[in-house]
Amino acid sequence: MTNAAVHMEGQLHGSAHDAVATGALDAKGQQHPIKLYLVVWGWLFVLSTFSYLVDYFGLHGYLRWSLILLFMMLKAGLIVAVFMHMAWERLALTYAILLPPIAVLVFVAIMALESEYTHFLRVLFFAAHS
Amino acid sequence: MAETVLTDPGQSPARLEGWRGIAADWASDQRAFKDVSWGKAMMWIFLLSDTFIFSCFLLSYMTARMSTTVPWPNPSEVFALEIAGQHIPLILIAIMTFVLISSSGTMAMAVNFGYRRDRFRTAALMLVTAAFGAAFVGMQAFEWTKLIMEGVRPWGNPWGAPQFGASFFMITGFHGTHVTFGVIFLIAIARKVLRGDFDVERRGFFTSRKGHYEIVEITGLYWHFVDLVWVFIFAFFYLW
Repeated sequence: MTNAAVHMEGQLHGSAHDAVATGALDAKGQQHPIKLYLVVWGWLFVLSTFSYLVDYFGLHGYLRWSLILLFMMLKAGLIVAVFMHMAWERLALTYAILLPPIAVLVFVAIMALESEYTHFLRVLFFAAHS
Repeated sequence: MAETVLTDPGQSPARLEGWRGIAADWASDQRAFKDVSWGKAMMWIFLLSDTFIFSCFLLSYMTARMSTTVPWPNPSEVFALEIAGQHIPLILIAIMTFVLISSSGTMAMAVNFGYRRDRFRTAALMLVTAAFGAAFVGMQAFEWTKLIMEGVRPWGNPWGAPQFGASFFMITGFHGTHVTFGVIFLIAIARKVLRGDFDVERRGFFTSRKGHYEIVEITGLYWHFVDLVWVFIFAFFYLW
C-alpha cells in the first residue's frame, strides 16, 4: 500500500516534472498576447495604405521620397521587432544580425557616387549623339 | 540526451544582459547567442545572407537607374489596371502588398498557438498563410503575363530604359521564388503540426532528429522575412 502510494506519487511527480520541463522549454519560446500581433497587423495595413496614397495622390519631390522611406522603415521595424521577435531576442544575436545590413549603406553610398559619375560621362560623350 | 544538449538551449543559469551580456556571449569559448537555439540562430544567419543577396539586387537596380540617360518607365502607370472602367494606378501591387501583410499576420498568430500546443489552430493558420502566399504568387504570375504580353523583356521594354525589364524580372522573380519555397515550407511544417509530430517528438524523416514547436517560429522567421523584403521592393521598385 505504502509502496504503491509512493510509486504512484513518484509517477505523478515524474509526469508532472516532465510537464514542467516541456512547459519550461516551450515557455522559453516567444509568447506574446495575440492582441499585440493584431495591432501590428493593423498598423502595417495603415502604413501600406499611406505608402499607396503617396503614389495615388502623385506627391513629388522630397516630400514623396521622405514619406516613402518613412513608411518603409516603420513597416520594416514593426515586422522585425514584433513579428520576428527581435525586440525580445538576446542582444548578442540582435546586433550580429542588424549591424551587418547597416554596413550595406556604405556600399549604397559608393554605388550612388559611381552611378552619378557614369551618368555624367554618358551625358558628356553619348547622350548628345543619340 | 547528447542530442538534447546539442539542439536545446535547456535550463541555463542566469545570463548577463545588455552590453556585458554581448561581451560575455561572444567572449566565451562556447557557443555565442546563449539561450538562443541553433535552429533559430541558423535561420537568422541564413536570412542575413539573403539580406545581402537582395541588397545586391536592389543596389544594381539603383546603379542602373541612376546611370542611364534613357527615361525610366513610370511604375505607377506600368502597374495600373482597368477595374470596372476605372483606371487605377499601381492597384495590383497594392493588393499584393495587403495579401502578403495579411499572411504575415496569420503566421505570427500561428507561432503563438504553436507554443500553446494548439495543433489545429496552428496548422490552420499556417495553411491560411500558405494560401495567401499562393495567392500572391498567382497575382505575380498575372503581372508577369501582362507585362510580357506588353513587350517587356529582360533586355528591354516599350517605355524606355531597357534595364527596367532586367531589374523587374530579376528582383520580383527572386522574391516570388522565395514566396513559393515559403509556401512549400509552410505546408510541410503544417502537416507535421497536424500529425502531432512535435507532441510525440517523432523523429524527422530527413534529419532523424526530434522536432519541436519552435520550428513553427523558425518557419515564421523565414515567412516574415519574405514580407520584409517586399516592403523594400514595394518602396524602391514600385513607388520610387
